[in-house]
Amino acid sequence: MDTFVLIAITGVGLGALFFLVASGLSLIYGLMGVLNFAHGTFLTVGAFAGLWLSTQVFTNATTLTFVAAMLFAGLVAGLFALLVEQLVITRLYERHIDQALVTVGVALVVGALLSGWFGNDPRLIPTPHWFINTLTIGNAFIPVDRFLYIGVSCLLLIVLTTILRFTRIGLIIRAGVENRSMVTALGINVRLAFSTVFFLGGFAAGVGGVLIGAYQSGVSPLMSGSWLIYGFIVVVIGGMGSLWGSALAALLIGVINQFANYYLPGLGDFVIVFLLVAVLLTRPQGLLGKVSR
Amino acid sequence: MNALSIKDLNVFLGGSHVLQGVTFDVPTNKVTALLGRNGVGKTTTLRAIIGLTPSTGEISFLDRAIAGLPTYKIIQMGIGYVPEDRDIFSSLSVNENLSLAVRDPLPNYDLVYALFPELLTRGNQRAGTLSGGQQQMVAIARALLNKNDLLLIDEPSKGLAPKLVGEVASALSKVVGHATMLLVEQNLELVKAIADHIVVMEHGSVVFQGDPINLEDDLFVHSMLGVSGGLH
Repeated sequence: MDTFVLIAITGVGLGALFFLVASGLSLIYGLMGVLNFAHGTFLTVGAFAGLWLSTQVFTNATTLTFVAAMLFAGLVAGLFALLVEQLVITRLYERHIDQALVTVGVALVVGALLSGWFGNDPRLIPTPHWFINTLTIGNAFIPVDRFLYIGVSCLLLIVLTTILRFTRIGLIIRAGVENRSMVTALGINVRLAFSTVFFLGGFAAGVGGVLIGAYQSGVSPLMSGSWLIYGFIVVVIGGMGSLWGSALAALLIGVINQFANYYLPGLGDFVIVFLLVAVLLTRPQGLLGKVSR
Repeated sequence: MNALSIKDLNVFLGGSHVLQGVTFDVPTNKVTALLGRNGVGKTTTLRAIIGLTPSTGEISFLDRAIAGLPTYKIIQMGIGYVPEDRDIFSSLSVNENLSLAVRDPLPNYDLVYALFPELLTRGNQRAGTLSGGQQQMVAIARALLNKNDLLLIDEPSKGLAPKLVGEVASALSKVVGHATMLLVEQNLELVKAIADHIVVMEHGSVVFQGDPINLEDDLFVHSMLGVSGGLH
């Protein structure tokens, strides 16, 4: 039972990190139809921004400095995402294949620049002392950082949901995910919504970059690879454009991956790919996705 | 004066020459009906006017050239568009569908609720759960909320039960006088009831323009519309 609790909470924590990566991917694809392979770069840029603030500006790591690093990472990654959208994506409006290809190019170029600048060795991101503590539930010792990942993801889900549900730009985004051309036919400049979505997606990825850096004990230019792949899997299973679909899929994938790796050692990734195939065959639009036009 | 003038409008879609030099005018404060068989390019014409479908040619709205402008800018100049398949946002509520369409500082909700009182009681209902007729009301209401100088309405009676066609016709009749209208419609009874001017298309071109007075007798128009026998 203790093992079950430990695996379950660790899985939920892992799912929370998947959600931070997938939320932006999902909204960007849902609204703009852009398969954004540069999204992992947003994560990496955010992680390095957080690392810079934590090591160059602050002298020691406290809860406050770690929160500041997350927010700074989110802001830098959000602005970087906005820059990519403005400089690259908008110039290829409605050319989806070209957009996907150019985002691959952005990922390769930025990755190479970061590698040249920082090297590929992981750099430890300073974390508060309580990160190494454990919380006892029953007889299970749960690392407390898992609860931080879960808390940050829940907070982000609430903030994004609030923006989507209660603001005009959120209304435009929700409508745009469903039928982008009709939004423009109502006299709305949907590109403003595109920029907002890119910033929000970049922000989430940047925050995720710092947390993933802490989770896997290091920030490096190569850190986003598998997270981006899992992010895409989450988006497809959850339903492209569905924020809550991504949250549900991230949770499922995190938990299933952890249990599979425990009971079927080494087969965690295989089980997730099997799940992906099963969802694509039975419900191609994803768990909570809609068939958009 | 013409609210809308279209000259030599051409559209190519997937290698097909869908619109072949379409030319016609939409007089101000009149209802112009755009008629023709299925597939002759009526919907494409409406979409090309507002830039949803790429086209070449001249389009002027209130003497301003609009060809090549982004769709949202064309709409903001004072055009309301009701698409063929309603294209309401099914996951949004009725109120959200309406508020999304608001451009004016003082949207005309009074007119909308006077025409479609049902929308007032169904404000919080998800638009996707409405009947076809109710969805059409939402689609038309979106175009009426703002003060538009031109309404482009694409087959408002399509797929509706006869009783609902009557309701939509009644609503459109009440709207006549509020704005200039370019109406695509297959229901000739509805056209006869509200149109001042008709434009008939065939194979992507305009083949007839004139008054609807002789619509019942004009065998040429009948043949172009694919109508057999008399009108009812």
